[in-house]
Amino acid sequence: MRSRFSWFNATSITLGFAFLYIPILLLVIYSFNESKLVTVWGGWSVKWYGSLLQNTALKEAAWVTIRVAFLSASVATVLGTLAAITLVRMGRFPGRTLFSGMIFAPLVMPEVITGLSLLLLFVALNIDRGFWTITLAHITFTMCYAAVVVQARLQDFDKSVEEAAMDLGATPVNTFFQVTLPIIAPSVISAWLLSFTLSLDDLVVASFTTGPGATTLPMKIYSQVRLGVTPEINAISTILIGIVTVGVLVAAYFTKRRTEREDRERRIAFGATD
Amino acid sequence: MGNPNPANLRRWYVIAAPYFWLLLFFLVPFFIVFKLSLSDSAIAIPPYTPTFNWTDGITGFLSKLDFENYKFIFSDPLYVNAYLSSLKIAAIATLLTLLVAYPIAYGMARAPKAWQPTLMMLVILPFWTSFLIRIYAWIGILKKEGLLNLFLMNWGIINEPLNILNTTTAVYIGIVYSYLPFMILPLYASLEKISPTLLEAAEDLGSRPWKAFWQITFPLSLPGVIAGCFLVFIPAVGEFVIPDLLGGSETLMIGKTLWNEFFNNRDWPLSSAVAVVLLLVLLVPIVFFQLQQQREREAGR
Repeated sequence: MRSRFSWFNATSITLGFAFLYIPILLLVIYSFNESKLVTVWGGWSVKWYGSLLQNTALKEAAWVTIRVAFLSASVATVLGTLAAITLVRMGRFPGRTLFSGMIFAPLVMPEVITGLSLLLLFVALNIDRGFWTITLAHITFTMCYAAVVVQARLQDFDKSVEEAAMDLGATPVNTFFQVTLPIIAPSVISAWLLSFTLSLDDLVVASFTTGPGATTLPMKIYSQVRLGVTPEINAISTILIGIVTVGVLVAAYFTKRRTEREDRERRIAFGATD
Repeated sequence: MGNPNPANLRRWYVIAAPYFWLLLFFLVPFFIVFKLSLSDSAIAIPPYTPTFNWTDGITGFLSKLDFENYKFIFSDPLYVNAYLSSLKIAAIATLLTLLVAYPIAYGMARAPKAWQPTLMMLVILPFWTSFLIRIYAWIGILKKEGLLNLFLMNWGIINEPLNILNTTTAVYIGIVYSYLPFMILPLYASLEKISPTLLEAAEDLGSRPWKAFWQITFPLSLPGVIAGCFLVFIPAVGEFVIPDLLGGSETLMIGKTLWNEFFNNRDWPLSSAVAVVLLLVLLVPIVFFQLQQQREREAGR
């Protein structure tokens, strides 16, 4: 649909993006506020970032969070990719409806239910709660997001490329690693990044499944937020926003360059007939 | 299945890992929640007494079934009201999100093709930033001595500071704000597919733009409207962070009730029963949503 982009359209987009971005922007600006009061602008300062560096509890929580996110995103991406292949390429198999239900239900499941049910599982299995239980829980709910991201790409691409490789004698495993994986690679990378940030952000599931000794950054932020707005939380939030923004922009840049290169190669390959 | 040829076996290598993972970590836990919801709470670690053992067999199991926690939930108006008010808040918030998202998605679909990937990216980006942080940002804006009141009073629009934080209004703002991308994306996807020739044809036949919108654009965007509404409504019903940080004591939501029951009262069996009822309440919209998505996927092929 592309016809006459009106003033009304331009205004709604502008207002919409203002609504989405102004709160985040204000939070970032006020993290550089010299004054401790949120409403009083005391001039620019980076002192709250300095005081973060001295906060060992916060640094410890950040380290736990990053390790959980890294590990869970990696496992979730592998499981999610397998799940996506199952959904798109495996056709019918016993229990397919249950399987696709288990992939899509966690996406809309209230976090309190996911958290509570996983905690009760860990208690029933008598697993010590802490770092590993948070990681297992995060793998479970992020793998479904990973599956959906990879699935979208798998559905799009031309199956005949895979069939051609098989006809030329490649084994299914070889075909996957040499043909399929390179094609779906951008979506696998986005799946990993999405799983990583979801794990990084999660408060509710982590609060349920954690045990003594394992406090994640969102849990730390949450307990401080309940006491009120402080410039220190603004500073740590700004750092997190910065990391995520840079990550997403870098991923977008590489995806864009890749598709441009592929387009160019296609034009060269088919140039004579075009 | 059935014929153990190698190709078939290889298929199961791929399927098995995610399948068993989800069975163990997604499906089995629900049965444990249900089992625990039938137990009594106790001062112990873990804080409950089992109602029955699996070794008792089916008759022992049936004789010991105990729906005390459920009776309690349905006799105490606190829980019933929390469920009802969660549904009401989620429904109103979904409608508000739709009203805010539609013009944005519509504008995006009509924007020049070259802008569209960037606009999409700008919608998705906030979704990647922490939910908790985005809600936290609104506390600083909405509180009594916050930035919104400061701004409005400086411009002389109001004389008295508005009390928005810790009210249900703040919860609506929070839900609309955090779930907006979930509404915009499916709307945009279905709006973008509509061919401009349809609208041109309507115009050539003398239809007013407003009428053409209601008779052509809106009906064709319905799949997006439905998908977006489910994506917002279902998680919003069980939302915890938003009512906890932005809502007040008047804002009853079941996610918060469950959290308090679990973390403050440490009543695991009762919170399990609350979770089971919440799941049953959400089952209808979830199944409906799944079926609708499946139909869409099959239609897309």
